[in-house]
Amino acid sequence: MNSLIITSIEQGLIFAILAMGILITNKILNIADLSVEGTFPFGAFIFAKFISMGVDPVLSTLLAFVIGTLAGLMTSLLFIKLKIKPLLAGILTMTTLYSVNLRINGKSNIPLFNFDSIFDLVPILLLLAILVIAIKIILDEFFKTEVGYLLIATGDNETLVKSLGASSNKYKIIGLMLSNGLIALSGALMAQYQGFVDITMGTGVIVIGLASIIIGDTIKKNSTKLGNTTRAIIGAIIYKIIGGIAIDLGLAPSDLKAVSAIIVILFIAYNNVAIDLFASIKNKGEGVYVKNTRLIKKVQ
Amino acid sequence: MLRIQGLSKKFNKGTENEIEVFNNFNLDIEENKCTAIIGPNGCGKSTLLNILAGSISADSGRIILNREDISNLSQEKRSKYIGRVYQDPSMGVSPSLTILENMSLADKKGDRFSLKRLIRKNNIDRYVEMLKSLGLGLENKLNTKVKYLSGGQRQSLSLIMAAMKHPDLLLLDEHTAALDPKTSHVVMEKTKELLDKYKITTIMISHNMKDAIKYSDRIIMLNKGKIVLDKLSKDTTEEELIDIYKAKLFEEIA
Ligand SMILES: Nc1ncnc2c1ncn2[C@@H]1O[C@H](COP(=O)(O)OP(=O)(O)OP(=O)(O)O)[C@@H](O)[C@H]1O
Ligand SMILES: [Mg+2]
Repeated sequence: MNSLIITSIEQGLIFAILAMGILITNKILNIADLSVEGTFPFGAFIFAKFISMGVDPVLSTLLAFVIGTLAGLMTSLLFIKLKIKPLLAGILTMTTLYSVNLRINGKSNIPLFNFDSIFDLVPILLLLAILVIAIKIILDEFFKTEVGYLLIATGDNETLVKSLGASSNKYKIIGLMLSNGLIALSGALMAQYQGFVDITMGTGVIVIGLASIIIGDTIKKNSTKLGNTTRAIIGAIIYKIIGGIAIDLGLAPSDLKAVSAIIVILFIAYNNVAIDLFASIKNKGEGVYVKNTRLIKKVQ
Repeated sequence: MLRIQGLSKKFNKGTENEIEVFNNFNLDIEENKCTAIIGPNGCGKSTLLNILAGSISADSGRIILNREDISNLSQEKRSKYIGRVYQDPSMGVSPSLTILENMSLADKKGDRFSLKRLIRKNNIDRYVEMLKSLGLGLENKLNTKVKYLSGGQRQSLSLIMAAMKHPDLLLLDEHTAALDPKTSHVVMEKTKELLDKYKITTIMISHNMKDAIKYSDRIIMLNKGKIVLDKLSKDTTEEELIDIYKAKLFEEIA
């Protein structure tokens, strides 16, 4: 049981990075980026490529992040320059990445046991905790900068961003690149953690990310102390612990994808009903403008 | 001074839904004055402001603001010179950010945005002063998210945000239309105070004849993209305007 908890926390921390990536697109920019399921294995395959070429594991992991940002660049250019709907743009990137991933190493499954990993250097849990906290702090600081605030405002009200003399498209590109970089990094870490890379490892990860964010939003709903990134991290860990318990109770690991979908459905349904009730009460008082386009409602 | 020269605009050009809004439209707007534009629905008021702000492009014509031709500047570039308040109180603010964050963003309007911290402590006193002048108590809500403000509070904030960098031109498109009569009055009074204080060339669209006369220096009535009345506000009465409306309506029926 104890090792189950530790494993869940370790995996939760890896997915926390994914969740923070998804947070930037889905929640802050208000763009549903579906390329995630291609970007996650993309990061893993990039890592496998470099490590098998003899590159140092730390650098290989870093390169997964850097090259991963290109997936975000592709999606954003598809919808900004070619005016393809963001949803479709993400799907097109994901589909393209499927072929790209298979090309990178010419194989769909690569064992990594013979190679070094960043986990050889420092205990897994410690390393992951440091990494996740560092990313959280960097993101939190970034969202306090002028550029960071414009990114938030882009998701909120593009008209305002333009009226400030800034290009909202630029901030969408920055956000999508950052998001996809983090997701690829998460994939590279997962590859090292499980000891192999597989083409199917991205299946369902978008739902895991969304589930993490939604669970995170539900903890101490009204507390303003808990920031978005902290919520995503806690959400990912809780999600993995729920999954660990489910397996312990006898569910097959393959059942977990359905479990995560059910978690998302339940939480969104709960939030929607709660928010609609709230809005209808407030609307009686004054003309409150309620944006109903969010994939995940901002719950504060 | 703002000069609009030979402005033409058609929507859905070349289709059977083609609408001609302006055909060789000309207008000069005096500096530091408030010009009210009135006229029936669909006569082209918002289209005119959209063209001025650059959010839609004209088919032809020139826009000259303080001797500079801004016709070919993008909306983002023009925003340096132009402030705008919309009918929808949510359009001028970022609802999920706080009042302080919104004002700090507006304070950077037209500047380069960098990786420096947005919120600067030494600006806060200045923001508080501006908010105090509204008399709505917003200075005590600096850290409240704007989505929790009432429409009138949000619109007053939008107004300050649009005006705080002293734009050369301020565009108000029915900015009190979504507010109840009392709040609408408050926001109009605040608008007047702000314009008197900062001396900004302003174009204000309104469907409220009383407000249009009371709060402007000059009244222009549009009908189907043409100027049908152009008068100093102090020489204009509400009855006069309503009579013209009725006469136009009669023309259309007859
Ligand atoms: N984006 C658009 N596409 C097509 N037609 C448009 C568009 N915007 C405005 N129009 C048309 O142009 C004409 C002028 O519209 P505009 O919004 O400028 O009117 P308005 O004077 O602001 O009216 P209101 O008082 O109702 O706000 C209308 O016939 C309208 O249908
Ligand atoms: Mg209009």
